[in-house]
Amino acid sequence: MVDGVVAPFMEFAFMQRALAGALLLSLSACPVGVFLMLRRMSLTGDAMSHAILPGAAAGFMLYGLEIVPMTIGGLIAGAIVALGAGAVARLTVQKEDASMAAFYLVSLAIGVVMVSLRGSSVDLMHVLFGTVLALNDDALWLIGLVASVTLATTVLLWRALVAECLDPLFLRSVSRLGGAVHFAFLGLVVLNLVAGFQALGTLLSVGLMILPGAAARFWVNDVLAMCVVSVGIGIVSSLGGLLLSYHASLPSGPAIILSAGVVYLVSLLAGPRGVLRPALPRRHHRTA
Amino acid sequence: MPRTDPKKPPCPADACIAFEDLTAGYGSHAAIHHLSGKLERGTLTAVVGPNGSGKSTLVKCITGLLAPMSGTCRVATDASLAYLPQQSELDRSFPARVVDLVALGLWRERGLLGRHRAEDRRAVADALRAVGLEGFETRPIDSLSGGQLQRALFARVLVQDADLILLDEPFNAIDEKTIRDLIGLILHWHGEGRTVVVVVHDLDLVRAHFPQALLLARRPIAWGSTAEVVTPDNMRRARQFQEAWDEKAPWCEPSPAPVRGVA
Repeated sequence: MVDGVVAPFMEFAFMQRALAGALLLSLSACPVGVFLMLRRMSLTGDAMSHAILPGAAAGFMLYGLEIVPMTIGGLIAGAIVALGAGAVARLTVQKEDASMAAFYLVSLAIGVVMVSLRGSSVDLMHVLFGTVLALNDDALWLIGLVASVTLATTVLLWRALVAECLDPLFLRSVSRLGGAVHFAFLGLVVLNLVAGFQALGTLLSVGLMILPGAAARFWVNDVLAMCVVSVGIGIVSSLGGLLLSYHASLPSGPAIILSAGVVYLVSLLAGPRGVLRPALPRRHHRTA
Repeated sequence: MPRTDPKKPPCPADACIAFEDLTAGYGSHAAIHHLSGKLERGTLTAVVGPNGSGKSTLVKCITGLLAPMSGTCRVATDASLAYLPQQSELDRSFPARVVDLVALGLWRERGLLGRHRAEDRRAVADALRAVGLEGFETRPIDSLSGGQLQRALFARVLVQDADLILLDEPFNAIDEKTIRDLIGLILHWHGEGRTVVVVVHDLDLVRAHFPQALLLARRPIAWGSTAEVVTPDNMRRARQFQEAWDEKAPWCEPSPAPVRGVA
Protein backbone atom coordinates (compact mmCIF):
# COMPACT_ATOMS: atom_id res chain seq x y z
CA MET A 1 0.00 0.00 0.00
CA VAL A 2 2.69 2.44 1.09
CA ASP A 3 4.79 1.31 -1.82
CA GLY A 4 1.97 2.08 -4.21
CA VAL A 5 1.47 5.58 -2.80
CA VAL A 6 4.95 6.75 -1.87
CA ALA A 7 7.26 4.84 -4.16
CA PRO A 8 6.25 6.50 -7.45
CA PHE A 9 7.07 9.92 -6.00
CA MET A 10 10.32 8.68 -4.41
CA GLU A 11 11.55 6.98 -7.53
CA PHE A 12 10.71 9.30 -10.37
CA ALA A 13 11.70 12.95 -10.66
CA PHE A 14 8.91 13.59 -13.18
CA MET A 15 6.36 12.42 -10.61
CA GLN A 16 7.82 14.79 -8.01
CA ARG A 17 7.60 17.67 -10.45
CA ALA A 18 4.08 16.72 -11.42
CA LEU A 19 3.12 16.59 -7.75
CA ALA A 20 4.74 19.94 -6.97
CA GLY A 21 2.98 21.56 -9.94
CA ALA A 22 -0.39 20.09 -9.05
CA LEU A 23 -0.10 21.07 -5.37
CA LEU A 24 0.83 24.66 -6.26
CA LEU A 25 -2.05 24.79 -8.70
CA SER A 26 -4.46 23.54 -6.02
CA LEU A 27 -3.28 26.21 -3.61
CA SER A 28 -3.79 28.90 -6.20
CA ALA A 29 -6.72 27.91 -8.40
CA CYS A 30 -9.10 26.43 -5.82
CA PRO A 31 -9.80 29.68 -3.89
CA VAL A 32 -10.32 31.43 -7.22
CA GLY A 33 -12.81 28.68 -8.07
CA VAL A 34 -14.67 29.28 -4.79
CA PHE A 35 -15.22 32.92 -5.72
CA LEU A 36 -16.17 31.96 -9.29
CA MET A 37 -18.85 29.69 -7.87
CA LEU A 38 -20.08 32.26 -5.33
CA ARG A 39 -20.41 34.80 -8.14
CA ARG A 40 -22.28 32.22 -10.25
CA MET A 41 -19.50 32.45 -12.79
CA SER A 42 -18.36 28.83 -12.85
CA LEU A 43 -19.28 28.59 -16.51
CA THR A 44 -17.39 31.81 -17.13
CA GLY A 45 -14.30 29.98 -15.94
CA ASP A 46 -15.06 27.24 -18.44
CA ALA A 47 -15.57 29.79 -21.21
CA MET A 48 -12.29 31.50 -20.36
CA SER A 49 -10.46 28.18 -20.56
CA HIS A 50 -11.64 27.88 -24.16
CA ALA A 51 -10.86 31.50 -24.83
CA ILE A 52 -7.13 31.20 -24.12
CA LEU A 53 -6.73 28.50 -26.79
CA PRO A 54 -5.87 30.72 -29.80
CA GLY A 55 -3.19 32.55 -27.80
CA ALA A 56 -1.64 29.30 -26.68
CA ALA A 57 -1.93 27.98 -30.23
CA ALA A 58 -0.24 31.05 -31.68
CA GLY A 59 2.68 30.61 -29.27
CA PHE A 60 2.78 26.93 -30.16
CA MET A 61 2.80 27.61 -33.93
CA LEU A 62 5.64 30.10 -33.65
CA TYR A 63 7.84 28.42 -31.06
CA GLY A 64 6.60 24.85 -30.67
CA LEU A 65 5.70 23.32 -27.30
CA GLU A 66 7.45 26.01 -25.22
CA ILE A 67 5.97 27.28 -21.98
CA VAL A 68 6.80 30.99 -22.18
CA PRO A 69 5.41 31.91 -25.61
CA MET A 70 2.33 29.75 -25.09
CA THR A 71 1.70 31.35 -21.71
CA ILE A 72 2.07 34.88 -23.00
CA GLY A 73 -0.18 34.09 -25.95
CA GLY A 74 -2.78 32.56 -23.64
CA LEU A 75 -2.66 35.58 -21.34
CA ILE A 76 -3.20 37.96 -24.24
CA ALA A 77 -6.10 35.97 -25.69
CA GLY A 78 -7.69 35.58 -22.24
CA ALA A 79 -7.34 39.29 -21.50
CA ILE A 80 -8.90 40.27 -24.83
CA VAL A 81 -11.90 38.02 -24.28
CA ALA A 82 -12.35 38.96 -20.60
CA LEU A 83 -12.04 42.69 -21.23
CA GLY A 84 -14.12 42.57 -24.42
CA ALA A 85 -16.94 40.59 -22.84
CA GLY A 86 -16.81 42.70 -19.67
CA ALA A 87 -16.89 45.93 -21.66
CA VAL A 88 -19.87 44.80 -23.75
CA ALA A 89 -21.71 43.83 -20.55
CA ARG A 90 -21.00 47.18 -18.89
CA LEU A 91 -21.65 49.40 -21.92
CA THR A 92 -24.67 47.71 -23.54
CA VAL A 93 -27.86 45.97 -22.47
CA GLN A 94 -26.29 42.56 -23.12
CA LYS A 95 -25.40 40.59 -19.99
CA GLU A 96 -21.96 39.15 -19.47
CA ASP A 97 -23.00 35.52 -20.02
CA ALA A 98 -24.09 36.23 -23.59
CA SER A 99 -21.15 38.47 -24.50
CA MET A 100 -18.72 36.01 -22.93
CA ALA A 101 -20.22 33.13 -24.92
CA ALA A 102 -19.95 35.11 -28.15
CA PHE A 103 -16.33 36.08 -27.55
CA TYR A 104 -15.10 32.69 -26.39
CA LEU A 105 -16.79 30.75 -29.19
CA VAL A 106 -15.07 32.89 -31.80
CA SER A 107 -11.82 32.59 -29.87
CA LEU A 108 -12.09 28.79 -29.62
CA ALA A 109 -12.79 28.46 -33.35
CA ILE A 110 -9.77 30.58 -34.20
CA GLY A 111 -7.65 28.46 -31.87
CA VAL A 112 -8.71 25.14 -33.38
CA VAL A 113 -8.18 26.48 -36.91
CA MET A 114 -4.69 27.65 -35.97
CA VAL A 115 -3.67 24.36 -34.38
CA SER A 116 -5.04 22.30 -37.28
CA LEU A 117 -3.37 24.48 -39.91
CA ARG A 118 -0.09 23.31 -38.59
CA GLY A 119 0.88 20.32 -36.54
CA SER A 120 -0.60 16.90 -36.06
CA SER A 121 -3.46 15.78 -33.88
CA VAL A 122 -0.90 14.76 -31.25
CA ASP A 123 0.07 18.42 -30.93
CA LEU A 124 -3.56 19.37 -30.62
CA MET A 125 -3.94 16.83 -27.83
CA HIS A 126 -0.95 18.36 -26.03
CA VAL A 127 -2.46 21.81 -26.14
CA LEU A 128 -5.95 20.67 -25.22
CA PHE A 129 -5.11 18.16 -22.51
CA GLY A 130 -1.64 19.07 -21.25
CA THR A 131 1.23 16.94 -20.03
CA VAL A 132 1.57 17.15 -16.28
CA LEU A 133 4.19 14.41 -16.38
CA ALA A 134 6.50 16.60 -18.45
CA LEU A 135 6.58 19.80 -16.41
CA ASN A 136 9.96 21.48 -16.79
CA ASP A 137 11.61 24.07 -14.54
CA ASP A 138 10.13 26.98 -16.48
CA ALA A 139 6.63 25.60 -16.05
CA LEU A 140 7.09 25.02 -12.32
CA TRP A 141 8.46 28.54 -11.84
CA LEU A 142 5.53 29.95 -13.75
CA ILE A 143 3.02 28.02 -11.65
CA GLY A 144 4.80 29.14 -8.46
CA LEU A 145 4.75 32.75 -9.58
CA VAL A 146 1.06 32.63 -10.47
CA ALA A 147 0.28 30.99 -7.13
CA SER A 148 2.10 33.78 -5.24
CA VAL A 149 0.39 36.53 -7.22
CA THR A 150 -3.00 34.87 -6.76
CA LEU A 151 -2.67 34.40 -3.01
CA ALA A 152 -1.36 37.93 -2.47
CA THR A 153 -4.14 39.48 -4.58
CA THR A 154 -6.82 37.39 -2.91
CA VAL A 155 -5.68 38.40 0.58
CA LEU A 156 -5.39 42.06 -0.45
CA LEU A 157 -8.80 42.23 -2.15
CA TRP A 158 -10.57 39.79 0.19
CA ARG A 159 -13.01 42.27 1.69
CA ALA A 160 -13.90 43.78 -1.68
CA LEU A 161 -14.29 40.34 -3.29
CA VAL A 162 -16.69 39.29 -0.55
CA ALA A 163 -18.60 42.60 -0.72
CA GLU A 164 -18.81 42.45 -4.52
CA CYS A 165 -20.33 38.96 -4.29
CA LEU A 166 -22.58 39.61 -1.30
CA ASP A 167 -24.01 43.01 -2.19
CA PRO A 168 -22.54 44.66 -5.31
CA LEU A 169 -24.93 47.62 -5.23
CA PHE A 170 -23.88 48.42 -1.67
CA LEU A 171 -20.21 48.30 -2.66
CA ARG A 172 -20.95 50.72 -5.49
CA SER A 173 -22.64 53.09 -3.06
CA VAL A 174 -19.60 53.28 -0.78
CA SER A 175 -16.64 52.69 -3.07
CA ARG A 176 -15.51 52.83 -6.65
CA LEU A 177 -13.57 49.59 -6.30
CA GLY A 178 -16.35 47.36 -7.68
CA GLY A 179 -15.38 47.52 -11.35
CA ALA A 180 -11.66 47.29 -10.66
CA VAL A 181 -12.16 44.30 -8.39
CA HIS A 182 -14.23 42.55 -11.05
CA PHE A 183 -11.50 42.89 -13.66
CA ALA A 184 -8.72 42.03 -11.21
CA PHE A 185 -10.64 38.88 -10.41
CA LEU A 186 -11.10 37.96 -14.09
CA GLY A 187 -7.35 38.54 -14.42
CA LEU A 188 -6.74 35.99 -11.67
CA VAL A 189 -9.01 33.52 -13.45
CA VAL A 190 -7.06 33.89 -16.70
CA LEU A 191 -3.69 33.69 -14.89
CA ASN A 192 -4.63 30.47 -13.16
CA LEU A 193 -6.02 28.89 -16.31
CA VAL A 194 -2.82 29.74 -18.13
CA ALA A 195 -0.73 28.38 -15.27
CA GLY A 196 -2.77 25.19 -15.38
CA PHE A 197 -2.79 24.48 -19.07
CA GLN A 198 0.78 23.25 -19.35
CA ALA A 199 -0.07 20.64 -16.74
CA LEU A 200 -3.71 19.92 -17.44
CA GLY A 201 -4.34 21.40 -20.90
CA THR A 202 -6.50 24.36 -21.85
CA LEU A 203 -9.73 22.40 -21.61
CA LEU A 204 -9.13 20.72 -18.27
CA SER A 205 -7.21 23.34 -16.31
CA VAL A 206 -10.58 24.83 -15.36
CA GLY A 207 -11.51 21.51 -13.70
CA LEU A 208 -9.07 21.89 -10.83
CA MET A 209 -10.46 25.39 -10.34
CA ILE A 210 -14.17 24.60 -10.34
CA LEU A 211 -14.66 21.09 -8.95
CA PRO A 212 -12.95 21.49 -5.52
CA GLY A 213 -14.77 24.79 -4.85
CA ALA A 214 -18.10 23.32 -5.90
CA ALA A 215 -17.48 20.28 -3.67
CA ALA A 216 -16.47 22.46 -0.70
CA ARG A 217 -19.88 24.19 -0.83
CA PHE A 218 -21.48 20.95 0.38
CA TRP A 219 -19.34 20.84 3.52
CA VAL A 220 -19.08 24.35 4.96
CA ASN A 221 -20.98 27.64 4.96
CA ASP A 222 -18.24 30.22 5.33
CA VAL A 223 -16.12 31.74 2.59
CA LEU A 224 -12.75 31.30 4.26
CA ALA A 225 -13.56 27.75 5.32
CA MET A 226 -14.69 26.98 1.79
CA CYS A 227 -11.37 28.19 0.41
CA VAL A 228 -9.44 26.03 2.87
CA VAL A 229 -11.58 22.94 2.22
CA SER A 230 -11.35 23.45 -1.55
CA VAL A 231 -7.54 23.60 -1.39
CA GLY A 232 -7.60 20.38 0.64
CA ILE A 233 -9.83 18.72 -1.94
CA GLY A 234 -7.55 20.00 -4.71
CA ILE A 235 -4.51 18.45 -3.02
CA VAL A 236 -6.24 15.11 -2.45
CA SER A 237 -7.45 15.06 -6.07
CA SER A 238 -3.97 15.87 -7.38
CA LEU A 239 -2.40 13.06 -5.37
CA GLY A 240 -5.12 10.61 -6.26
CA GLY A 241 -5.08 11.56 -9.91
CA LEU A 242 -1.33 11.26 -10.29
CA LEU A 243 -1.30 7.83 -8.63
CA LEU A 244 -4.22 6.71 -10.77
CA SER A 245 -2.38 7.94 -13.81
CA TYR A 246 0.82 6.15 -12.77
CA HIS A 247 -0.71 2.81 -11.88
CA ALA A 248 -3.41 2.60 -14.53
CA SER A 249 -1.40 4.30 -17.29
CA LEU A 250 -4.05 6.95 -17.79
CA PRO A 251 -3.37 10.47 -19.09
CA SER A 252 -2.55 12.51 -15.99
CA GLY A 253 -4.69 15.63 -16.58
CA PRO A 254 -7.98 13.78 -16.98
CA ALA A 255 -7.03 11.47 -14.10
CA ILE A 256 -6.64 14.46 -11.74
CA ILE A 257 -9.91 16.01 -12.85
CA LEU A 258 -11.68 12.65 -12.56
CA SER A 259 -10.43 12.31 -8.98
CA ALA A 260 -11.79 15.78 -8.24
CA GLY A 261 -15.04 14.65 -9.86
CA VAL A 262 -15.22 11.66 -7.52
CA VAL A 263 -14.69 13.95 -4.51
CA TYR A 264 -17.42 16.20 -5.86
CA LEU A 265 -19.83 13.27 -6.15
CA VAL A 266 -19.04 12.05 -2.65
CA SER A 267 -19.51 15.59 -1.30
CA LEU A 268 -22.76 15.96 -3.17
CA LEU A 269 -24.07 12.78 -1.57
CA ALA A 270 -22.52 12.81 1.88
CA GLY A 271 -21.82 16.47 2.68
CA PRO A 272 -23.90 18.11 5.44
CA ARG A 273 -25.38 20.41 2.79
CA GLY A 274 -25.62 17.68 0.16
CA VAL A 275 -28.62 15.73 -1.13
CA LEU A 276 -28.76 12.83 1.33
CA ARG A 277 -28.72 14.65 4.67
CA PRO A 278 -32.02 16.55 4.18
CA ALA A 279 -33.63 13.34 2.92
CA LEU A 280 -32.91 11.51 6.17
CA PRO A 281 -36.01 11.44 8.38
CA ARG A 282 -35.62 13.82 11.33
CA ARG A 283 -37.24 12.60 14.51
CA HIS A 284 -36.63 15.72 16.55
CA HIS A 285 -36.65 19.40 15.97
CA ARG A 286 -36.08 22.32 18.29
CA THR A 287 -38.98 24.55 19.22
CA ALA A 288 -36.94 27.71 18.54
CA MET B 1 -18.71 57.96 -4.76
CA PRO B 2 -18.46 61.03 -7.00
CA ARG B 3 -21.09 63.27 -5.53
CA THR B 4 -19.58 66.60 -6.41
CA ASP B 5 -18.05 68.00 -9.50
CA PRO B 6 -15.42 70.73 -9.09
CA LYS B 7 -16.87 72.54 -12.10
CA LYS B 8 -20.27 72.89 -10.48
CA PRO B 9 -21.00 75.40 -7.73
CA PRO B 10 -21.11 73.77 -4.28
CA CYS B 11 -24.30 72.95 -2.48
CA PRO B 12 -25.79 75.91 -0.53
CA ALA B 13 -24.56 75.96 3.06
CA ASP B 14 -27.84 75.23 4.81
CA ALA B 15 -28.88 72.55 2.34
CA CYS B 16 -27.95 68.89 2.40
CA ILE B 17 -29.19 68.29 -1.14
CA ALA B 18 -29.95 70.88 -3.82
CA PHE B 19 -31.70 70.16 -7.13
CA GLU B 20 -31.60 72.58 -10.02
CA ASP B 21 -33.98 71.68 -12.85
CA LEU B 22 -33.03 68.04 -12.38
CA THR B 23 -34.08 65.66 -15.15
CA ALA B 24 -33.11 62.01 -15.04
CA GLY B 25 -34.22 58.80 -16.65
CA TYR B 26 -33.30 55.96 -18.92
CA GLY B 27 -32.51 56.41 -22.61
CA SER B 28 -34.25 59.57 -23.83
CA HIS B 29 -37.23 59.05 -21.51
CA ALA B 30 -37.36 61.08 -18.34
CA ALA B 31 -38.43 59.19 -15.21
CA ILE B 32 -38.37 62.48 -13.33
CA HIS B 33 -38.08 65.95 -14.81
CA HIS B 34 -37.69 69.59 -13.83
CA LEU B 35 -37.16 69.18 -10.12
CA SER B 36 -35.76 72.26 -8.40
CA GLY B 37 -35.40 72.94 -4.72
CA LYS B 38 -33.39 71.95 -1.72
CA LEU B 39 -33.53 69.67 1.25
CA GLU B 40 -32.28 71.31 4.39
CA ARG B 41 -29.98 69.55 6.80
CA GLY B 42 -31.64 67.56 9.54
CA THR B 43 -34.99 67.21 7.77
CA LEU B 44 -37.04 64.04 7.54
CA THR B 45 -38.76 63.80 4.16
CA ALA B 46 -41.09 61.21 2.68
CA VAL B 47 -41.03 60.83 -1.09
CA VAL B 48 -44.46 59.71 -2.26
CA GLY B 49 -46.16 59.13 -5.60
CA PRO B 50 -47.61 56.36 -7.74
CA ASN B 51 -45.54 53.52 -9.20
CA GLY B 52 -43.25 54.74 -11.93
CA SER B 53 -43.40 58.34 -10.74
CA GLY B 54 -39.62 58.68 -10.46
CA LYS B 55 -39.07 58.15 -6.73
CA SER B 56 -36.33 55.53 -7.01
CA THR B 57 -34.76 57.41 -9.90
CA LEU B 58 -34.52 60.49 -7.71
CA VAL B 59 -32.87 58.52 -4.92
CA LYS B 60 -30.39 56.96 -7.36
CA CYS B 61 -29.50 60.45 -8.59
CA ILE B 62 -28.80 61.58 -5.04
CA THR B 63 -26.49 58.60 -4.44
CA GLY B 64 -24.62 59.36 -7.65
CA LEU B 65 -25.37 55.88 -9.06
CA LEU B 66 -27.36 57.52 -11.87
CA ALA B 67 -26.13 60.62 -13.71
CA PRO B 68 -28.76 63.30 -14.47
CA MET B 69 -29.81 63.81 -18.11
CA SER B 70 -29.81 67.54 -17.46
CA GLY B 71 -29.84 69.89 -14.51
CA THR B 72 -27.95 69.15 -11.34
CA CYS B 73 -28.30 67.25 -8.09
CA ARG B 74 -25.77 68.41 -5.55
CA VAL B 75 -25.10 66.85 -2.18
CA ALA B 76 -23.17 68.77 0.49
CA THR B 77 -19.52 67.78 0.19
CA ASP B 78 -19.16 67.03 3.89
CA ALA B 79 -22.22 64.78 4.06
CA SER B 80 -21.56 61.06 4.22
CA LEU B 81 -24.26 58.92 2.70
CA ALA B 82 -25.99 55.64 3.50
CA TYR B 83 -28.29 54.10 0.90
CA LEU B 84 -30.72 51.22 1.27
CA PRO B 85 -31.98 50.36 -2.22
CA GLN B 86 -35.45 49.08 -3.05
CA GLN B 87 -34.22 46.24 -5.19
CA SER B 88 -31.20 45.12 -3.31
CA GLU B 89 -28.68 43.16 -5.31
CA LEU B 90 -27.93 41.29 -2.11
CA ASP B 91 -27.20 37.62 -2.79
CA ARG B 92 -29.05 35.83 -0.01
CA SER B 93 -27.50 32.49 -0.82
CA PHE B 94 -24.02 33.87 -0.16
CA PRO B 95 -22.39 32.10 2.80
CA ALA B 96 -22.22 35.09 5.12
CA ARG B 97 -23.31 35.57 8.72
CA VAL B 98 -25.46 38.45 9.91
CA VAL B 99 -22.41 40.17 11.44
CA ASP B 100 -20.57 39.96 8.09
CA LEU B 101 -23.46 41.72 6.37
CA VAL B 102 -23.77 44.42 9.03
CA ALA B 103 -19.99 44.93 9.19
CA LEU B 104 -20.04 45.99 5.52
CA GLY B 105 -21.33 49.27 6.97
CA LEU B 106 -17.82 49.90 8.32
CA TRP B 107 -16.49 50.34 4.78
CA ARG B 108 -16.27 54.13 4.87
CA GLU B 109 -14.28 54.00 8.11
CA ARG B 110 -12.07 50.99 7.46
CA GLY B 111 -12.08 50.61 3.69
CA LEU B 112 -10.44 47.68 1.96
CA LEU B 113 -7.59 46.94 4.32
CA GLY B 114 -8.29 48.61 7.67
CA ARG B 115 -8.53 46.10 10.48
CA HIS B 116 -11.86 45.87 12.29
CA ARG B 117 -11.13 46.95 15.85
CA ALA B 118 -12.84 46.24 19.14
CA GLU B 119 -14.84 49.47 18.83
CA ASP B 120 -16.03 48.37 15.37
CA ARG B 121 -17.22 45.04 16.70
CA ARG B 122 -18.96 46.93 19.48
CA ALA B 123 -20.66 49.22 16.93
CA VAL B 124 -21.93 46.19 15.02
CA ALA B 125 -23.19 44.55 18.22
CA ASP B 126 -24.90 47.79 19.30
CA ALA B 127 -26.56 48.14 15.90
CA LEU B 128 -27.88 44.58 16.02
CA ARG B 129 -29.27 45.22 19.50
CA ALA B 130 -30.90 48.45 18.31
CA VAL B 131 -32.77 46.67 15.52
CA GLY B 132 -33.79 43.79 17.78
CA LEU B 133 -31.49 41.16 16.27
CA GLU B 134 -29.49 40.37 19.38
CA GLY B 135 -28.45 36.74 19.27
CA PHE B 136 -28.55 36.61 15.47
CA GLU B 137 -24.86 37.48 15.06
CA THR B 138 -23.69 34.16 13.67
CA ARG B 139 -26.88 33.18 11.86
CA PRO B 140 -26.32 32.62 8.13
CA ILE B 141 -28.18 35.26 6.13
CA ASP B 142 -30.02 32.64 4.07
CA SER B 143 -31.86 31.60 7.25
CA LEU B 144 -33.35 35.06 7.91
CA SER B 145 -36.97 35.96 7.24
CA GLY B 146 -37.76 38.97 5.08
CA GLY B 147 -38.38 41.18 8.11
CA GLN B 148 -35.23 40.01 9.88
CA LEU B 149 -33.16 40.72 6.78
CA GLN B 150 -34.62 44.21 6.58
CA ARG B 151 -33.73 44.74 10.25
CA ALA B 152 -30.19 43.58 9.49
CA LEU B 153 -29.95 46.04 6.60
CA PHE B 154 -31.14 48.82 8.93
CA ALA B 155 -28.40 47.74 11.33
CA ARG B 156 -25.91 48.20 8.50
CA VAL B 157 -27.24 51.72 7.91
CA LEU B 158 -26.79 52.35 11.66
CA VAL B 159 -23.18 51.20 11.47
CA GLN B 160 -22.58 53.47 8.46
CA ASP B 161 -23.28 56.40 10.81
CA ALA B 162 -24.05 58.66 7.84
CA ASP B 163 -25.21 62.28 7.74
CA LEU B 164 -27.60 61.62 4.86
CA ILE B 165 -29.71 58.45 4.89
CA LEU B 166 -31.66 57.35 1.82
CA LEU B 167 -34.17 54.51 2.22
CA ASP B 168 -36.02 53.32 -0.87
CA GLU B 169 -39.30 51.61 0.08
CA PRO B 170 -37.94 50.03 3.25
CA PHE B 171 -41.36 48.82 4.42
CA ASN B 172 -42.32 46.56 1.53
CA ALA B 173 -43.62 43.18 2.69
CA ILE B 174 -42.74 43.92 6.31
CA ASP B 175 -45.09 43.19 9.22
CA GLU B 176 -46.54 45.93 11.40
CA LYS B 177 -44.36 45.39 14.43
CA THR B 178 -41.21 45.54 12.34
CA ILE B 179 -42.45 48.69 10.60
CA ARG B 180 -43.09 50.25 14.02
CA ASP B 181 -39.55 49.40 15.15
CA LEU B 182 -37.97 50.66 11.95
CA ILE B 183 -40.00 53.89 12.06
CA GLY B 184 -38.67 54.30 15.60
CA LEU B 185 -35.12 54.10 14.25
CA ILE B 186 -35.87 56.62 11.51
CA LEU B 187 -37.31 59.06 14.06
CA HIS B 188 -34.24 58.48 16.22
CA TRP B 189 -31.96 59.37 13.27
CA HIS B 190 -34.07 62.47 12.69
CA GLY B 191 -33.68 63.38 16.36
CA GLU B 192 -29.89 63.07 16.01
CA GLY B 193 -29.99 65.75 13.32
CA ARG B 194 -29.33 63.47 10.36
CA THR B 195 -31.01 64.18 7.04
CA VAL B 196 -33.33 61.30 6.14
CA VAL B 197 -35.17 60.70 2.86
CA VAL B 198 -37.57 57.76 2.69
CA VAL B 199 -39.60 56.52 -0.26
CA VAL B 200 -42.93 55.37 1.20
CA HIS B 201 -46.24 54.15 -0.22
CA ASP B 202 -48.32 54.06 2.96
CA LEU B 203 -49.80 57.55 3.24
CA ASP B 204 -51.00 56.96 6.81
CA LEU B 205 -47.41 56.35 7.85
CA VAL B 206 -46.36 59.53 6.05
CA ARG B 207 -49.04 61.63 7.78
CA ALA B 208 -48.23 60.13 11.16
CA HIS B 209 -44.43 60.36 11.18
CA PHE B 210 -42.94 62.46 8.40
CA PRO B 211 -42.82 66.26 8.82
CA GLN B 212 -41.95 66.90 5.16
CA ALA B 213 -43.11 65.27 1.96
CA LEU B 214 -42.31 65.43 -1.74
CA LEU B 215 -45.07 64.23 -4.06
CA LEU B 216 -43.85 63.09 -7.46
CA ALA B 217 -45.63 62.14 -10.65
CA ARG B 218 -42.64 62.23 -12.99
CA ARG B 219 -42.64 65.97 -12.27
CA PRO B 220 -42.91 67.34 -8.75
CA ILE B 221 -46.58 67.87 -7.82
CA ALA B 222 -46.04 69.33 -4.36
CA TRP B 223 -43.20 69.69 -1.90
CA GLY B 224 -43.30 71.05 1.63
CA SER B 225 -44.91 70.21 4.94
CA THR B 226 -46.77 66.90 4.84
CA ALA B 227 -50.14 68.41 5.74
CA GLU B 228 -50.01 70.65 2.67
CA VAL B 229 -48.57 68.05 0.32
CA VAL B 230 -50.54 64.90 1.06
CA THR B 231 -54.00 66.29 0.31
CA PRO B 232 -56.77 64.52 -1.61
CA ASP B 233 -56.53 67.12 -4.33
CA ASN B 234 -52.79 66.69 -4.81
CA MET B 235 -53.07 62.91 -4.72
CA ARG B 236 -55.72 63.05 -7.45
CA ARG B 237 -53.42 65.17 -9.60
CA ALA B 238 -50.56 62.76 -9.01
CA ARG B 239 -52.66 59.79 -10.10
CA GLN B 240 -53.48 61.32 -13.45
CA PHE B 241 -49.97 61.16 -14.86
CA GLN B 242 -49.10 58.82 -17.66
CA GLU B 243 -46.96 55.96 -16.39
CA ALA B 244 -46.14 54.21 -19.66
CA TRP B 245 -43.40 55.50 -21.88
CA ASP B 246 -44.68 56.82 -25.17
CA GLU B 247 -42.27 56.67 -28.10
CA LYS B 248 -44.26 59.48 -29.71
CA ALA B 249 -44.43 61.60 -26.56
CA PRO B 250 -43.68 65.22 -27.37
CA TRP B 251 -40.25 66.52 -26.39
CA CYS B 252 -40.52 68.32 -23.10
CA GLU B 253 -40.60 72.13 -23.26
CA PRO B 254 -39.73 74.15 -20.18
CA SER B 255 -42.88 74.73 -18.14
CA PRO B 256 -43.63 78.34 -17.20
CA ALA B 257 -43.86 77.88 -13.43
CA PRO B 258 -42.19 74.79 -11.97
CA VAL B 259 -43.02 73.70 -8.45
CA ARG B 260 -40.20 74.89 -6.27
CA GLY B 261 -39.82 73.25 -2.94
CA VAL B 262 -37.93 74.16 0.16
CA ALA B 263 -38.18 71.40 2.68
